[in-house]
Amino acid sequence: MSALPGGGIAYRPQGDGGAHEGPHPHGAHGTFEGYVTGFVLSVILTAIPFWLVMGDVLGDKLTTDIAVMAFAAVQIVVHMVYFLHMNTRSEGGWTFLSLMFTLTLVVIALVGSIWVMYHLDQNMMPMSPHEALHKP
Amino acid sequence: MHETTAPPGAARPVFYEREDHAHGDGGTLLGFWLYLMSDCLVFAALFATYGVLGANYAAGPSGAHLFDLRLVALNTSLLLLSSITYGFAMLEMDRERIGATLRWLAVTGLFGAGFLGIELYEFAHLVHEGATPQRSAFLSAFFALVGTHGLHVTFGVIWLVTLMTQVRRFGLIAENRRRLLCLSMFWHFLDVVWIGVFTFVYLMGVSR
Repeated sequence: MSALPGGGIAYRPQGDGGAHEGPHPHGAHGTFEGYVTGFVLSVILTAIPFWLVMGDVLGDKLTTDIAVMAFAAVQIVVHMVYFLHMNTRSEGGWTFLSLMFTLTLVVIALVGSIWVMYHLDQNMMPMSPHEALHKP
Repeated sequence: MHETTAPPGAARPVFYEREDHAHGDGGTLLGFWLYLMSDCLVFAALFATYGVLGANYAAGPSGAHLFDLRLVALNTSLLLLSSITYGFAMLEMDRERIGATLRWLAVTGLFGAGFLGIELYEFAHLVHEGATPQRSAFLSAFFALVGTHGLHVTFGVIWLVTLMTQVRRFGLIAENRRRLLCLSMFWHFLDVVWIGVFTFVYLMGVSR
């Protein structure tokens, strides 16, 4: 939590961790170990869902889709932490707050759209696919 | 940033000193982060569109017929590799090594260009098979979503080349460091969006 005397727009070099909150004071740098950890985790979290789908391992679409989405959610968190250096403190907490706000809007937009539109066709005239294609 | 929050009678503006000096970027990184969040909403709208229209094939081809997961896996690994090489470039920037920074940026750019090449190949293949955006609502939503991501990567590569020229001419000055940090966030953000794309569009489109 130190203020740089006369900091201006100069960035401090890598070894500045001790004076600030943890090793990524700017929320934009990282360490070699951090990037490699994130990369290895991402490779694992990418390879497993591809294997699940390409090998048809689970044999059931719903189970596969849920598993694949769960791996994606975990991998997004991994990217946020190890590549984007997201934490609750950088920029005084404003990056985290804006991320939470955005995620709320994203969930509303996605779930809301799919929920509202899912049953919409039930209010329409019943029609076979053939009719749907050839009616004006 | 915080000067307005300090009461007029305060002894000294503690927050002002801490914020602006400790970060030293005049708020650019936070501002760029907010831009990325708004970009996130653009992609949310496109994902929602795809979620609603993604099964309306209009008796045309579905994702299971069209997508080649081996190509998608290759593309995913290229983008993931480009993320870590950009990270290495940032580490070299911290060590004040211009040559190594430029080399890792060049590798990142090559991975990005490879990603775009494969994506364009895939699009050309789809169009050749008649799976154009006009064919069905599913394909319209697919091209809008994946195409927007591809456009972002394209501009990321252009930005990357621009910054490499800047660094070569002016060195790792404070302005160039700030720009490289912004592009770093942009690049990693695109990789995060790609996780959503390969999961929702490709894997769930092909899974049985």
